[in-house]
Amino acid sequence: MAEEVKLRVNGKELTVAPGTIVAAAIRIAGVTRFRTSLTGFPRGPLCGMGICMECCVTINGREHCRSCQTLCEPGMEVRTGE
Amino acid sequence: MNDLNEFDVVVVGGGPAGLGAACAAAACGRAVGLVDDTPWLGGQIWRGQKGRPWQALEWIERFKACGAKLLDNTSVIATPQRGVLMAEKDGNPCEIRYAKLVLATGARELFLPFPGWTLPGVIGPGGMQSLVKHGWPVKDQRVVVAGSGPLLLAVAAGLRQYGAHVVSVVEQAPRSSVLQFGFSLRSHPSKLWQAARIKMGLLGVPYRCGAWPAKAEGSDNVGSVTLTDGHKTWTEECNLLACGFGLVPNVELPLAAGCELKDGFVQVNEWQATSVTGIYCAGEPTGIGGADCALVEGQIAGYAASGQPAPAESLFILRARWHKFRAALARAFALRPEVKQLATDSTLLCRCEDVTVGQMRQHTNWRDAKLQTRCGMGSCQGRICGAAAKEVLGWGMESVRPPILPARVQSLIVKAK
Repeated sequence: MAEEVKLRVNGKELTVAPGTIVAAAIRIAGVTRFRTSLTGFPRGPLCGMGICMECCVTINGREHCRSCQTLCEPGMEVRTGE
Repeated sequence: MNDLNEFDVVVVGGGPAGLGAACAAAACGRAVGLVDDTPWLGGQIWRGQKGRPWQALEWIERFKACGAKLLDNTSVIATPQRGVLMAEKDGNPCEIRYAKLVLATGARELFLPFPGWTLPGVIGPGGMQSLVKHGWPVKDQRVVVAGSGPLLLAVAAGLRQYGAHVVSVVEQAPRSSVLQFGFSLRSHPSKLWQAARIKMGLLGVPYRCGAWPAKAEGSDNVGSVTLTDGHKTWTEECNLLACGFGLVPNVELPLAAGCELKDGFVQVNEWQATSVTGIYCAGEPTGIGGADCALVEGQIAGYAASGQPAPAESLFILRARWHKFRAALARAFALRPEVKQLATDSTLLCRCEDVTVGQMRQHTNWRDAKLQTRCGMGSCQGRICGAAAKEVLGWGMESVRPPILPARVQSLIVKAK
């Protein structure tokens, strides 16, 4: 089994098991608001399979990444749309 | 740009249908490329390392050994001309060339709007299953599973394995239909075994038929769901609400490729060939029939695309059996009218552009509504609201424009060249 993966969610350091997706890491970090809707409401993953785009966050500076389709990698910087 | 991506047969989608097609075509000696937009094989139904059925493991192994090339993390964004797919891998554009194309794009869940459905923690059952397999924490969480279809039970059983407290499973179809469906499984022993196993995993969890969610409440996350059977209503506290009303086919790519649809599904002949010469389609886009059905259709498509009618034909009887199952599924879990009318005027329909059902009701077709409200113009490109509108308003999205998935401007510039 590969080593555990260390990454940061909104600046908070986090260790997750290999194979964990970014969406799960965000939830493990205690965040429920993945993005803020046009009219200001919190949103989180809906479809879990890369279609609805509700789970989009900024990963390593790149915006609009689907956190449900992206595996955690060591040193990743994740930012949710607070 | 990588010009090495040239194949006799290109398969889009790495689920059961796609794996079946790729293995079959490779067995005929064809150069096969399998394109999938995730980092893993097996599609949504066989996603995740843990708890994969033996059948999934067997087919994934078979694929790995068959000699086909896997193009993973690759999203097809356009079909600029016959024989060419434009795709994006890790944000970079690439071109994929094919002689024959098999579309195995699978299905997504149908979400119907109800007050509170946009709260974090309200997730599709299949989606939740995928998330949980990849580390989403559910231990000791209170979960209500609601909506429609056999997937609800499978998901509930799965969530329990991960330590979730499944409060109840709520199915909109009447009990009589569900029982009849259960009875029809006797002709599909493998499914019966699966059903029994799921039931065992759910002992002690109430399975309530003929009921559905009326609203969800919470602030930063769902805190409770109010359920109804049309007469009485009751409220359950929960931290997660898995809610989906069955599956809708992913027909965006087939549509973009010019394939004809009938009643929302890609039309195919006995060889799984679409209306476009050289393009085949298998699995859920041709009818919601489940993984076994998709696997058989995929193989038929793979053999047919390789010009090998004999092995394809030998699977026709098996496919006919699964088509019976497919018909029983559609009959048993047909949506009742009540679940299409759960939204109030202030409930959002389009979650990307925050357009309410009330705003949508001022229009009579998708085009007008889109022009006036921006519905369907957000990043999901109408995949969620377009399907919901069809059920709630009786009209929805009809056509597809490239890019089929959100793409980087750089990729589109390359495409224009």
